[in-house]
Amino acid sequence: MDTFLGRYRNLLVLAAILFAQIIGLALQVRRPSDAGETRLIRLWAVSAVTPIESAVIHSQEWVANLWTTYIYLHGVRRENRELRAEIGQMKIEEARLSEDARMARRIQSLLAFKEQYIDSTIAAQVIGTSGSEQSRVLYIDKGSNDGITVDMAVITPSGIVGKIAQVFPDSAQVLPINDQFSGVGAALKDSRLQGILKGAPNGATTLQYIMSDEKVVPGEEVVTSGGDRIFPKGLPVGRVVSSEPGKDLFLNIRVIPSARLDQLEEVLVVTKITEKMPDAKDLGPLRASDILAERLPTVPNKTEVDAAGNAKPAGGAASATTPAATGTGTTAGTAAHPATPGTGTKPNVGGTIPNRPAGTVAAPHPTQAGAAGETNGTVKPKAITPATDRPSGTAAKPLNNAAPAATTQPGESAAQDNGDSPPAKKQVKPAPDSAPNAPSAQPAPPPAGAPPQP
Amino acid sequence: MSTRVMPFRGSLTSREQVSVYEFSWAAIIVIPLVAVLIQIFIPVKVRFLPIVDLPFMVTIFFATARRNPISGCLTGCAIGLMQDLFAGPSHPLGMYGIALTIIGYLASSLGVKIDVDNPGSRFLITFAFFGVHQGVYYGVAHGLLRQGLQWSWSHTAISALANAVLGIFVYKFLDRFKQR
Repeated sequence: MDTFLGRYRNLLVLAAILFAQIIGLALQVRRPSDAGETRLIRLWAVSAVTPIESAVIHSQEWVANLWTTYIYLHGVRRENRELRAEIGQMKIEEARLSEDARMARRIQSLLAFKEQYIDSTIAAQVIGTSGSEQSRVLYIDKGSNDGITVDMAVITPSGIVGKIAQVFPDSAQVLPINDQFSGVGAALKDSRLQGILKGAPNGATTLQYIMSDEKVVPGEEVVTSGGDRIFPKGLPVGRVVSSEPGKDLFLNIRVIPSARLDQLEEVLVVTKITEKMPDAKDLGPLRASDILAERLPTVPNKTEVDAAGNAKPAGGAASATTPAATGTGTTAGTAAHPATPGTGTKPNVGGTIPNRPAGTVAAPHPTQAGAAGETNGTVKPKAITPATDRPSGTAAKPLNNAAPAATTQPGESAAQDNGDSPPAKKQVKPAPDSAPNAPSAQPAPPPAGAPPQP
Repeated sequence: MSTRVMPFRGSLTSREQVSVYEFSWAAIIVIPLVAVLIQIFIPVKVRFLPIVDLPFMVTIFFATARRNPISGCLTGCAIGLMQDLFAGPSHPLGMYGIALTIIGYLASSLGVKIDVDNPGSRFLITFAFFGVHQGVYYGVAHGLLRQGLQWSWSHTAISALANAVLGIFVYKFLDRFKQR
């Protein structure tokens, strides 16, 4: 026996060590409930190494900053000029995009869409990697002490990076999107086809589960779909490099990530995502007709001059600023826009003068209109003319604080707009009875066929 | 500080006696630690470094220098487990441990037979053992854990070549820590 042990001692030791490790592997695989937890030995190891890595990284950053910020400034002025020019271009672009975004928010609020917003982020520095090709995890210098938790999204301005896989007190482990165990809900930006972006052992990323009969063009952008409940919808993911039929019924779509995953230095951890309705408070009253009116030709100045001459100095002018009220003549034509708040008038909530002909701006005088409304009682919220009886171009333009009963529903006004509006040029022409000396702010008498006013 | 000379036991090289080196405890502890630290730190700045496997080289260096299969096993096991610690949540502890245990055993067993102090043999050993290392890792991942790893001969060959070339310089540097 001793001879046997002595002769095969090396092999026996090797077998014993291997056996112990295989048992350890089996124990780890057998307990899937531990997948989300952090093993104590890993916690110790990472906690021991993280301060060293952080110190090395930050000292290197300090030296690099000292060099680039104070010593090596070659070409900075030229770069500054170029950047200023670029900022100018981007401001122009931003103005256009913000207008589109406001439009989109209004439409979303009309349709009661909920959107996910990134509320807060934490900037973190990448301080380490797994050090192996088979695993592409990263380590960042922020951990549970900074409010990081598992499954938070990690992004850069250019695109998503991954999600938090494990959290330690002062560091966290990021599972990037090109890791073979990663999966992200993604969609093609133009065709809106949805799939799952998965990593591969060689670091490539592929968009999977898109049927092979779909057409996917190389170069198409890929964005997050929001389906994984980790990444907010619409964040850039990457760009399609190639698309070819796969083994199954699905396409094999290779995607190159937008973020440079192999050269990451700083990342943002999304710590809070809120789901809320688009904020359209500052966008003014919302009606479908307003949105449509903005897209159509504006009013000639002549109309405003006539209206101003019609003893409507401030309120009238103000009322003519909104697209629908300017008599763009588009859909609703003239709108009974009330006086601006703060002028002492009582809001003329949705008051529509029924028999006002097309093209008249029904903005009453700031002071007299309210009085007229109060005394005569001719303009009241309930006095909205039915759509069928209302003359064209007299759509009600409610105030922000208008009573709900008096506001026109988008669908209604849109239906009316589609049905009754005459061409725009006919509507912008002022009617004869809106002469300057006419009893201003006094609503015109109802037409013969109109229902009696209360 | 000690050097032992192993008796001739049918060496495959021209030398009839091969030296057995020993190391200080500080070197035994610090060198693998630094290798693992560099391995997890440098890829942040140098994108191609993951194909270079410093802990693997250190395992071969210690195993061939000490020429003791048992210490080779233990050294490989320790370095591999240390590498496993940083390899991500989907990477169970023991995958690199098993691979480097086998490499440590084989390298030290081979070190008994051949002279592993010249650059040519070091290049060949590193090149060959890198393939073995990748094969064992793939076998463990695929056979024991059912992980869908993809094997690429070309990538393995390129990585083995890179490690073999770099290994010559790394071993030369680590020779300073040998105690004679």
